[in-house]
Amino acid sequence: MQAYRSLIAAALSLASCTVFAETTLTVYTALEADQLQAYQQKFEQENPDVKLRWVRDSTGIITAKLLAEKARPQADVVMGVAASSLLLLQKEGMLQPYAPKNVQKLSRQYVDTAATPSWVGMDVWGAAICFNTVEAAKQGLAKPESWKDLLKPQYKGKIVMPNPASSGTGYFDVTAWLTLFGEKQGWSFMDKLHQNIAQYTHSGSKPCKQAAAGEFPIGISFEYRAAKLKEGGAPIDVIFPKEGLGWDLEATAIMKGSKNLAAACKLADWSASQSANELYEKNFAIVAMPGIAKPSPLIPADYEKRLVKQDLHWSAQNRERILAEWTKRYDAKSEAK
Amino acid sequence: MPILRRSRRLAASVDETLAGVLQWLLLAVLVVAVLLPLSAILGKALTDGDGQFAGFMQISKTLSQPGLLRAISGSLQVAVLSTLLVVPLAYGYAAALCRVQLPMRGLFRLLALLPLLAPSLLPGISLVYLFGNQGLLKEWLPGGSIYGLTGIVLGEAFYTFPHALMILLTALAVGDARLYEAAGTLGAGRVRQFLTITLPGSRYGVVSAALLVFTLTVTDFGVPKIIGGAFPVLAVEAYKQVIGQQNFAQGAVIGLLLLLPAVLSFMLDQRLQRRQQAQLSAKSQPLQALRGWPARLLALAFCSLIGAGLLLMMGTAIAAAFIRQWPYQMTFTLAHFNFDQVDGGGWLAFGNSLRMALATAVVGSSLAFLGAWSSCKLPAARLGSNLLHAIAMLPMAVPGLVLGLGYIFFFNSNANPLHGLYGSMAMLVLCTVAHYTTTAHMTARTALTQLDPDFEPVAASLKVPLWLTLWRVTLPACLPAILEISRYFFVSAMTTVSAVIFLYTPDTVLAAVAVLNMDDAGDTAAAAAMATLIVASAAVVCLLFALLSHALLRQHQRWHQPAAH
Repeated sequence: MQAYRSLIAAALSLASCTVFAETTLTVYTALEADQLQAYQQKFEQENPDVKLRWVRDSTGIITAKLLAEKARPQADVVMGVAASSLLLLQKEGMLQPYAPKNVQKLSRQYVDTAATPSWVGMDVWGAAICFNTVEAAKQGLAKPESWKDLLKPQYKGKIVMPNPASSGTGYFDVTAWLTLFGEKQGWSFMDKLHQNIAQYTHSGSKPCKQAAAGEFPIGISFEYRAAKLKEGGAPIDVIFPKEGLGWDLEATAIMKGSKNLAAACKLADWSASQSANELYEKNFAIVAMPGIAKPSPLIPADYEKRLVKQDLHWSAQNRERILAEWTKRYDAKSEAK
Repeated sequence: MPILRRSRRLAASVDETLAGVLQWLLLAVLVVAVLLPLSAILGKALTDGDGQFAGFMQISKTLSQPGLLRAISGSLQVAVLSTLLVVPLAYGYAAALCRVQLPMRGLFRLLALLPLLAPSLLPGISLVYLFGNQGLLKEWLPGGSIYGLTGIVLGEAFYTFPHALMILLTALAVGDARLYEAAGTLGAGRVRQFLTITLPGSRYGVVSAALLVFTLTVTDFGVPKIIGGAFPVLAVEAYKQVIGQQNFAQGAVIGLLLLLPAVLSFMLDQRLQRRQQAQLSAKSQPLQALRGWPARLLALAFCSLIGAGLLLMMGTAIAAAFIRQWPYQMTFTLAHFNFDQVDGGGWLAFGNSLRMALATAVVGSSLAFLGAWSSCKLPAARLGSNLLHAIAMLPMAVPGLVLGLGYIFFFNSNANPLHGLYGSMAMLVLCTVAHYTTTAHMTARTALTQLDPDFEPVAASLKVPLWLTLWRVTLPACLPAILEISRYFFVSAMTTVSAVIFLYTPDTVLAAVAVLNMDDAGDTAAAAAMATLIVASAAVVCLLFALLSHALLRQHQRWHQPAAH
């Protein structure tokens, strides 16, 4: 496919006798693998002189990698990485402020508040529970409706959730519980939940995939993966716990010191454009550009109201402390990374 | 006429100088590929985050973490249990192959070597499908969960079985029939004969196999990564520190810890091998395999059981690759081979792996053969020969994970003029060649020492240039060994994850790494599909090499047969 496409590109450039000064951008991302292709295709179609080279991993890994490379950044652009992580990079002075062409058309709350923003939101992704109905019937498990329901003894060893140190989804679950229940009650909630957790996974998608496969009947994950798997025929119910949902923004930023600044700006522009937002809309219920999102049968209409009132700056500032505490308490059950 | 003779003499000495230069060049390659990366690890373990010398601060800091002690004890548990499980099984299997007239002996031998074709991630994947919560044979594992110690030990048993078997086959292949005759005459029963003759006679092999299984298990992270669940082990801890938290200094310290058992067992093994040599005397009588039907039946039953187990582990992951959605839609599909929608790099990764394995086979076998040749056949260059041999033996004691870490520290430093290689395919090839160089070097040496050492002196006295002797005599005579070395490099390069996991970039991602990343993202079926591709390509290449080597043997190795008068 890749080769085919570059062949066409080569043929086209021969036919029109123009030689593009082609730039390859290195883009670090935590987007899902099955989202990347559509984004890349659309962007490269609109910007034929720029090629994207993705470095993909879970949020925590990408964040650690970016911080470790601070002295010699390898990435030109960070796209689709949690805003709470980008805030950390911003604090370290690693982001290049830039106002993309369309930025005034985006909801203010999803863009960095500085006059020239350092990062620009793309969409909101939020918590969801995947609940395997076939396995639940077999094992006699009641359907949980709230986070607190998950503490019931019947779910012992039946729940998987992502490790917050490596997964952005896992991290906003933890910050949401700390916000909802308060610091002390939040940790005591997690202590009890820990008793029921079978595994902490590396990625935020895996719990839902495991629930879909029946390996573990309950997976704490996020709504895109849940909807995708349900559409694919997996026997799962998607649950939005009633206390409220953790969430974060997927956002784009340019790395300071990028040698391909012009091309990086093109990607930042595209990321805030209408055509990009139309693609985000296919995957998420809330996107940065108002008026684009359409209702989805799997996502409740009042979805935005169900999100926890959460301060991303607080999440960023307390990231290291919260993760250290979490690791100290629960890491023995965690999958590698 | 005298002028001509003189110029020829000169040519010979130029030859030798050139060969000496070649030897030092090879030595330089080995130093860059093995020694310097290893020293870089030590340097990293002794410095703090900013590169300042910190003495043992970093080491004691890492060691004082409670998680690390748990990981050490976890690794030891896994290694001891795997060794206790694998060595007796492999011993029984080897004894059945060597000492009993076993029906379908060739088939059983082949079956036992199957795991060599798979990355160590494959048994993990199979175990999920077999004994996971939706596993086919879940009932066989009452009460327990496969995620953890049980799963790791079973997976490691699969992965290390052929390694242990090969050592024990060698150990049991020879024996002195006179001893058994004497024991029989004196009235010793079969059991007593086994305990007093067979077991003591093969004790070095047993120790050797145990050491190898122990080391392989401690340093492997493929199996625990997939099936380890909550169970902490050292190799995964190193991976977590480096990839997950980008904490290179702590990764380096754990790397040194992993080096410890490997180096110790390597040294012990070397000592034992020296003792082993004097076991057979010229008067020994070759053994006759047992022909009695109880022995044959028992051996057949035992080997069938083990073989079936190995086949089941291999087959489950392969079968899972073709099933739409385990366990809800058990229909055939090729959809999992469409890697576009999942992580890991897909077909690009597979193509990269093929290219990498091919390059490793070509570069590796050239280097290994030339290195062995120059260290065996250049008597003039004593120092270079010894150094070359010593460094070529070193990688055997270095776990892939540690070598990979060393490559990061060595090549990713701005001060290194070879920095440009970092992340390139060339570096992956170099690292893989270095990782597997010892076995290749030893195979080449064995083949070379089997040749008459008089070839070179005779050729030289006939004024035949050194290179011509190499090209016309030595190389063709060693061709089967070279093929064997290339095959070994190719298959190892296809299946390795431990060293390259730290070194790939999005452009140079490899198939075995893709298996790991796919499983990480929860795409177990795609991971199984990619593992299947690895096994299939390794098997095809093995088959090709077997055919090639067979044909070559018939064509060019007539001299092996006694001359017809």
